[in-house]
Amino acid sequence: MKQNTLFDKIWDSHVVRSIENGPDVLYIDRHYIHEVTSPQAFNGLKERDIPVFRPGNTIATADHNIPTRNQHLPINDELSRNQVEKLNENCNKYGIELFGYNHPKNGIVHVIGPELGYTLPGMTIVCGDSHTSTHGAFGTIAFGIGTSEVEMVLATQCIIQPKPKKMRITVNGNLGIGVTSKDIIMYIISEISTGGATGHFVEFSGSAIRSLSMEARMTLCNMSIEMGARGGIIAPDDTTFNYLKQLPAIPGIDDLGSAVKEWEKLRSDPDASFDRELEFDASLIKPMITYGTNPGMGIAIDSAIPEDKNNEGSSSFLKSLNYMGFKPGMKLLGQPVDYVFIGSCTNGRIEDFRAFARIIRGRKKAGNITALIVPGSKKVEAQMISEGLMEIYKNAGFEVRQPGCSSCLAMNEDKIPAGKYAVSTSNRNFEGRQGPGARTLLASPLTAAAAAITGRITDPREFITDDINKK
Amino acid sequence: MPKVKFDILESTCVPLPLQNIDTDQIIPARFLSATSREGFGENLFRDWRYKKTGEINKEFVLNNPKYNGKVLVAGKNFGCGSSREHAVWAIADYGFRAVVSSFFADIFMNNALNNGLLPIVISEDLLTNLQNIILKDPSAKVKIDLDKQTFTIIPTGDYVRFSINSYKKECLLKGLDDIDFLLSMKELITAYETKKTR
Ligand code: SF4
Repeated sequence: MKQNTLFDKIWDSHVVRSIENGPDVLYIDRHYIHEVTSPQAFNGLKERDIPVFRPGNTIATADHNIPTRNQHLPINDELSRNQVEKLNENCNKYGIELFGYNHPKNGIVHVIGPELGYTLPGMTIVCGDSHTSTHGAFGTIAFGIGTSEVEMVLATQCIIQPKPKKMRITVNGNLGIGVTSKDIIMYIISEISTGGATGHFVEFSGSAIRSLSMEARMTLCNMSIEMGARGGIIAPDDTTFNYLKQLPAIPGIDDLGSAVKEWEKLRSDPDASFDRELEFDASLIKPMITYGTNPGMGIAIDSAIPEDKNNEGSSSFLKSLNYMGFKPGMKLLGQPVDYVFIGSCTNGRIEDFRAFARIIRGRKKAGNITALIVPGSKKVEAQMISEGLMEIYKNAGFEVRQPGCSSCLAMNEDKIPAGKYAVSTSNRNFEGRQGPGARTLLASPLTAAAAAITGRITDPREFITDDINKK
Repeated sequence: MPKVKFDILESTCVPLPLQNIDTDQIIPARFLSATSREGFGENLFRDWRYKKTGEINKEFVLNNPKYNGKVLVAGKNFGCGSSREHAVWAIADYGFRAVVSSFFADIFMNNALNNGLLPIVISEDLLTNLQNIILKDPSAKVKIDLDKQTFTIIPTGDYVRFSINSYKKECLLKGLDDIDFLLSMKELITAYETKKTR
C-alpha cells in the first residue's frame, strides 16, 4: 500500500480539483480573519457584487491594530479605529462570527482559534497572516495567505495553491532545565537559516516534540514560518485530545469520542517518504537569543556573536550587526537592555505567563526596564487573574496590559523607541519591527523574565537552579 | 483582485543587493491601516528611503537618480516574513513590474503572481553578474518575455529560461483572475462539500 505522510493525507482529502501541470484547488475548512488584511478582500466582493460563500466557516477578531490600555474606550487613532470599524461592518453585513474589539472572547487570532475550539485536527486552516502556522500544532494544515487569497476563500471557500514539498524535522532526547520550545525552534532556525525550509511543509516529530504541551507545540509551529516553511504540523496524540477535552465547548462537534477515534488515524505512515529529513538532539539545545535582524541570527545565550555564520553575504550581515549596535565575537550576556515584551501569538498563552512568573515571583523588576506584559487573549487574562499571577506581577513591579498583538508589530502605540534594546518573546526581530529603529532580541519567556529582573541579558538557568535548590 | 496583463517587458533595473529583505522593510506595519489597495508606493522601503529625522536618505538606491526602471533586482530570500500583500501592492504601486532574485519567500511569490508583479528566479551567479552590470552601467536593460519564459540581459546577450507554473502564466498573459476561475467551479465545490459531510 502507498505510504503517505500526514500532510499528504490531509491535503489530498481537501483537493476539489487538480489543475493539470498547475496548482490544486484546495478546500478550506476554517478561515480566520483580522482587521488589517481583510478590508481589501471585502472590497473585492463588493465590486463583484457577490456574497460570502460559507460565512459559517470564517471567524473574525480584531488584534493587530488595537490599543492595550483602556479598551472600554473607543480607539484614539483614527486610521486604526476606521479599520476596526470596517471589520465590524463587514462581519455584520456578511454574517461572520466576530470576536472583535472589546468582545469578552477577543484576543490574537492564533490564540483564540485554538482556545475557543475552532482549530481541530485534520482541518485545512488559512488566515491572512503568516503565523497561521501556529494551528499546525493540532495536526492541521494551516498556513498564511495574502489578501487576494482571503478574497478567494470568502468568495468560494477555496484557494488555488501549488502543493508544497514535504520535510520532516525530528527532535529526540531530553530538554535541559530552562530550555523551552521557543529555544528548540530558534535553535533549528539558527541552524538552517530563515530560508532553510522554503517551499516545504514541515512535520515535527521525535520524543522531544511528543513531550511538549499543546501550548509549547503552538510556539514551535508558530515560528516554523521563520525558517521559510509554508507551515509546521504535529500529529495529534493524547496531549492534543486531552487539551480539546478540557475546552468548555467545541463548536460543530457533538460526539468528541468518535471524533477522537477519527483523529487518531492522522499520522504519517511508517514508510512515508519526505523530500527532506533533518534530525536534532534536544540535549544540545540551550536557552537561545538573537543578535541580528532576522530570526535565523540566533545563538545560545552564553556564546559569542559569530562571524557571518549563515553566509548571509557580509554586507547584509554587517548591516544587520550595525543596526543592532553589536560586533562579531561579542558576548551578549551582561549587555544592558531597556525593554522587555512578553506576549504575541508565539508566547502570549497562559503557560508563558506562568513561566515568566516562575522567575519574577518574590523579586523586583530592574529599574532600567520598561516592561510590556500583554496577554494573548481575554481568556488568558482571566486565567492570570484566577491563578493569582496578576498579584505576582504587581508585587514585582509590572503592569499587565490588555490583550492584542501590541509590540510584536507595533501598529498601535506600544512601540520600542529608536536605538533601545528589547528582549522580546515575539517572533520577528526585523529592522523596525517593534518601532522605527527598535532593536529586538528574541528569546523565551524565561529569558525575558531573567532580563526583566537584572536589567541585562541573563541566562535564565541562573534563576531556575536557584529556585529548585530552595525548594 | 485587479486584473493585470503581462507579456514582454524591456526596462532598466534598480539594484538592491541585500539578502533576506523582509516585508517589514518593504512596507512597515505602521502604514498598514489603510482599507484600500492604493497608495502604498509612497511608503515603499520607507525606513530606508528616509532618515530618522525625516530627511531623504540620499544613499538609498531609490533616491539615486542614476537608477530607475520597472525591474527591481534584489538579494536572496526576498519577501520573507509577514504575509502582508501590502508589500506587493507597494512595489507595484511604486511602478515595478518584476522583481528578480535567486530565491523568494513562498507567500510573497503567491502574492506577487496574484497582482501581476512577476517574480523571476535566476541563479545566484547570474544575479551577482547582473548586479555588477547594473552598478557599472545603470542604463543597462533587461528583457522579460513571459510567453517564452526568457530573461535576457541585453548588453551581454546572456539569457535564461525562468520557471512559472503554467496556470499562472496563462492567467497573466490573458489578464484572467483566480476568483473568476473559482467562481466558475461552484458546483464542483458544493459537490465536494456534500461528499465530505456524508
Ligand atoms: S502577535 Fe505578532 S505575529 Fe502574531 S498575529 Fe499578532 S502581529 Fe502577527
